Amino acid sequence: MEQLEEIVAQLEGGDVPLEKAIDLFQEGMRLSQLCGGKLDQVERKIEMLIETDQGFQKKPFAPANEDKGE
Amino acid sequence: MAEQPRVFSIKDINRYIRMKLDSDQLLSDVWLRGEISNFTHHSSGHMYFTLKDKDSRLKCIMFASHNQHLPFIPREGTKVMARGNISVYERDGNYQFYATAMQPDGIGSLYLAYEQLKAKLESEGLFASERKRPIPKYPKAVGVITSPTGAAVRDIIITMQRRHPAVPVYVVPVLVQGTQAAPSIVKAIEMMNRFGEVDVLIVGRGGGSLEELWAFNEEKVARSIAASAIPVISAVGHETDFTIADFAADLRAATPTAAAELAVPHVLELQQQLSHLRSRMENALRHRVRSSREQLASVRRSPYFIHPRKYLLEQAERLDRLQEKLIGLARRKMERNRTSLAKLHAQLSGNHPGEKAAFSANRLQAASRRLEQAMLARVKHNRLQLIGTMKQLDALSPLKIMSRGYSLVYDEKEKRLIKTIQEVQPGDMIKVKLMDGQLECHVWSMRGES
Repeated sequence: MEQLEEIVAQLEGGDVPLEKAIDLFQEGMRLSQLCGGKLDQVERKIEMLIETDQGFQKKPFAPANEDKGE
Repeated sequence: MAEQPRVFSIKDINRYIRMKLDSDQLLSDVWLRGEISNFTHHSSGHMYFTLKDKDSRLKCIMFASHNQHLPFIPREGTKVMARGNISVYERDGNYQFYATAMQPDGIGSLYLAYEQLKAKLESEGLFASERKRPIPKYPKAVGVITSPTGAAVRDIIITMQRRHPAVPVYVVPVLVQGTQAAPSIVKAIEMMNRFGEVDVLIVGRGGGSLEELWAFNEEKVARSIAASAIPVISAVGHETDFTIADFAADLRAATPTAAAELAVPHVLELQQQLSHLRSRMENALRHRVRSSREQLASVRRSPYFIHPRKYLLEQAERLDRLQEKLIGLARRKMERNRTSLAKLHAQLSGNHPGEKAAFSANRLQAASRRLEQAMLARVKHNRLQLIGTMKQLDALSPLKIMSRGYSLVYDEKEKRLIKTIQEVQPGDMIKVKLMDGQLECHVWSMRGES
């Protein structure tokens, strides 16, 4: 998102040569599709992080009382 | 007779005692522990009560201005810690305690510790706003340090799911209550910093009493939050009071839910922002292309493109003119140089060294001639002088005098000239020199001149 913001600012700045502007635009479109794709993701990625002798371990995490109300 | 004792009025002595007490340093700011009795909350808002322990009691007053923010309601028998000063109520001649702050005992000592630590860390600059790091606008992953079983972790996860499910969340389970809580929180913050994949941390727990929240008021937790390279949002569920951790954090959220909201942007906002960025980008490019096209068109309209030959001829003409001017300038310059060369040559030949040498030779010859003449004159003069001197000398010669009849008398050996009769005896040989030879004579006698 931040890169995209920078690109837009550069394009709006106006003193970019046309060829560079087109490159920037293509890069911007690529980033915006990437961001859009990420925003559309709905998969949950909540993990518990534990450090052991072997290094960091990630385990799926579900809050204990999440299901309480159901 | 004894001196008359000094007599005071009651008012004066009470005032004197009050002055004494008021100037005492200990009594001007003191903490007391005791149990409340005879409690009255007067309609004026002031509270009157007695603080007692098993041995003693003390009259107390807490004015409305101080008691309106009391964190608890005092009752008969409540054990409290109170802060204030001791002074005298002059009218009644009572000394009493004027409370300015009060805590239920038990947490009272915690409260004291809290105030002291807060002051210490504040003076160290640990809470300074220039220390605060910004929370990233678009975090890649969020770390959550809290109890894995509390409502806090659930609130945080639900909120993040709702706002932005794509941002991964890593939970490090810790104890948030009890003596092991602080070390476990510190360890988790250090671990997250080593892990390095999250760019914002939420540290917190759900609400609770001061004792339950105590880990978040501990010095090592505050220092560990301040030392974290990853920005920290504190999330202790306690709307009104701040914990020390809240002061040390880069951002304070009143609740875990609020912390999650501060940590990640809402996905809809992001989508809106994204589409906004997209249209801004398209507009910018369209604008850029349009202006380029206009530029091209204006270049094409340029007379250089329309009548190229005309401009070429103009340039050729200009070149010719410049060439002429250049040659003219070069010629004039050469002329100037030639003139100045001639001038210099004339100056130089006026100063030829041969002429100077001839002139000097002449002067030398004349000088030698004068020297020679002067020498000859000098020699002649000296010779004349010599002749004169020789004539004088000749006139003075003793031989010349003898020719006039004088003679010289010497002793026998012709060593000594005899000038008086004293120098000879009768019978001595003497020699008398005359002009043309000498006589050898014997002295017969001497006769002195009378």
